[in-house]
Amino acid sequence: MQKKIKLQETEEGTILFNVDPIIIKHHYEIDYIHSYAQDSAFFAGLANKKLLGSKCTKCSYIFATPRSHCMECGAKTEWYELPKQGEVHTFTTCYFGSEAFLKETPFTLILVEFEGVNTLFLSRLVGVKPENVKIGMKIKAQFLRNSKFKSTDVYFVPA
Amino acid sequence: MRPVYMISGGITKFKKAHPDKDFRLMVKQAFDYAMNDVPNLTLEMIDGSVASYFSDHFTRQLMAGIMVQDYLGLCPKPSKRIEGGGATGGLCFQAAWESIASGRMNVCVAYGFETMSRVNTWKGNEFIAHASDTNFDYPVGGFYTGYYAMMAQRHMHEFGTTVEQMALVSIKNHGNAQYNSYAQSPMKLTIEDVRSSAMVSTPLTMLDICAMSDGAAVAILASEDMAQKLSDNPVRITGIGSGTDAMRMADRPHGKVILLPHESEDDYKELKYPGVHSFRGGRMASKLAYDMAGINNPLEELDFVELHDAYTSSEIQTYEDMGLCKYGEGGGFIEEGYPFMPNIDYGINLNVKKRIPVNPSGGLLACGHPVGATGIMQAVFASWQLQGTIKKHLGNDELQLKNIKRGAIHSHAGTGTYITISILEKSS
Repeated sequence: MQKKIKLQETEEGTILFNVDPIIIKHHYEIDYIHSYAQDSAFFAGLANKKLLGSKCTKCSYIFATPRSHCMECGAKTEWYELPKQGEVHTFTTCYFGSEAFLKETPFTLILVEFEGVNTLFLSRLVGVKPENVKIGMKIKAQFLRNSKFKSTDVYFVPA
Repeated sequence: MRPVYMISGGITKFKKAHPDKDFRLMVKQAFDYAMNDVPNLTLEMIDGSVASYFSDHFTRQLMAGIMVQDYLGLCPKPSKRIEGGGATGGLCFQAAWESIASGRMNVCVAYGFETMSRVNTWKGNEFIAHASDTNFDYPVGGFYTGYYAMMAQRHMHEFGTTVEQMALVSIKNHGNAQYNSYAQSPMKLTIEDVRSSAMVSTPLTMLDICAMSDGAAVAILASEDMAQKLSDNPVRITGIGSGTDAMRMADRPHGKVILLPHESEDDYKELKYPGVHSFRGGRMASKLAYDMAGINNPLEELDFVELHDAYTSSEIQTYEDMGLCKYGEGGGFIEEGYPFMPNIDYGINLNVKKRIPVNPSGGLLACGHPVGATGIMQAVFASWQLQGTIKKHLGNDELQLKNIKRGAIHSHAGTGTYITISILEKSS
């Protein structure tokens, strides 16, 4: 007698939310191999407690958030160490957020303005009650002791 | 360039979730609606299409566009996908315009959709936040409402705009949507309702923000010959403009205002522009669209606007970018009643001299924002306004504006990264 051909079945089921229409749970997860590429020196700088922006080698425009080529004239930029003190250009306190950050709410986001620098820098402000944050407030950079090589290695506190 | 007309449009109801229809069926229903409105148009006469959807993450399907194309029976005709964040719909509409204007096609379908219900709201916010620089911005607490809240704070600081003025935008758009059967969140609201709803990112509350939605929209564009053949009421697209700005909000430089014809340099002597209070890309889009349509003063020469009000604050910012008022006057513009509908009772006292209704449909705040469909939905509502067919499509004529000849639609991405403005006009 010929052996019956049969696909081996597993006992893993499917999570079902609804039957009409059928709605199932589909899990999806991924680890990226993400290179900071030409921005890498910024993250190395954070590990060394330095805030690195960019200065255009041709038109001298200074970017608080680095970029290796100038957005104004297209020339190459060089690394430029930003002052550790700045002021709040604008702010918000988030009571909700992306799923990844929900557990950190409420947190305060700020755009930091540095003296003599043409653009701003996004960061978090720590240690100030939401109702006490003000535009123009003097603040200073503080760094994680052990770097995670993320833009959150730096945050700001009142100066 | 050849003249281009919009001859028909269709939309599905925008809803939190449409689990009974996938994106193909949603587009098919909007498409059939549009086809039924021009009964002499057959599939054979359609030369091609452009697909509009924002996020493969939301769809959980790469190349979803081609699945729509085959579902509609449009294979093997040419098609392509257009993507540009929140402005995807507006960019798609303009891509369809280009295919007709260039002579490449005589009839082109712009279809857009999004199925955002496939993840929960906060995961959805996480997807959307990936439309910010993932090296520098996303990890800090990537959240679009947070980004717009920071703009709103700065707008308030620069110009004295108030949260009550923002709440008026919510009252207006949710109020208009009470007469739009396609809208997701029609509501009659008070300033108190808006301010006392859950705080999301200071100063923006839940009612200052649009919702996520499932939905689809279709616009059919045609050359002059085909428009005359197929429709007795086509709408002419007389102006197209678009603009851009840097992905990172922190990178916005401080320079001079791009002036519209009715403005002068003296108006903005002290203003550092665009900063984070204004959208340079929106101003560029306005300038280009107005130039093409021959508009010198938009407040005088436009009869209504459907604009991308993802946030109450961004509607106020956009009044200024579009030159409906000067930079800094957006808060006063709504307070003085300009953008309200003339015949709707909002439960507030409006002492209005002049009206230019903004978001008669209810906008994103009240219609919902299934991203790829949104910009096309605006075109559909604008074309119905200009055709005078609101009653036919919505079952009531509360939102039908009288004696109008020209409207603008505005689609907007990111923190102001891609912006489109198209001008639509009555052709007869």
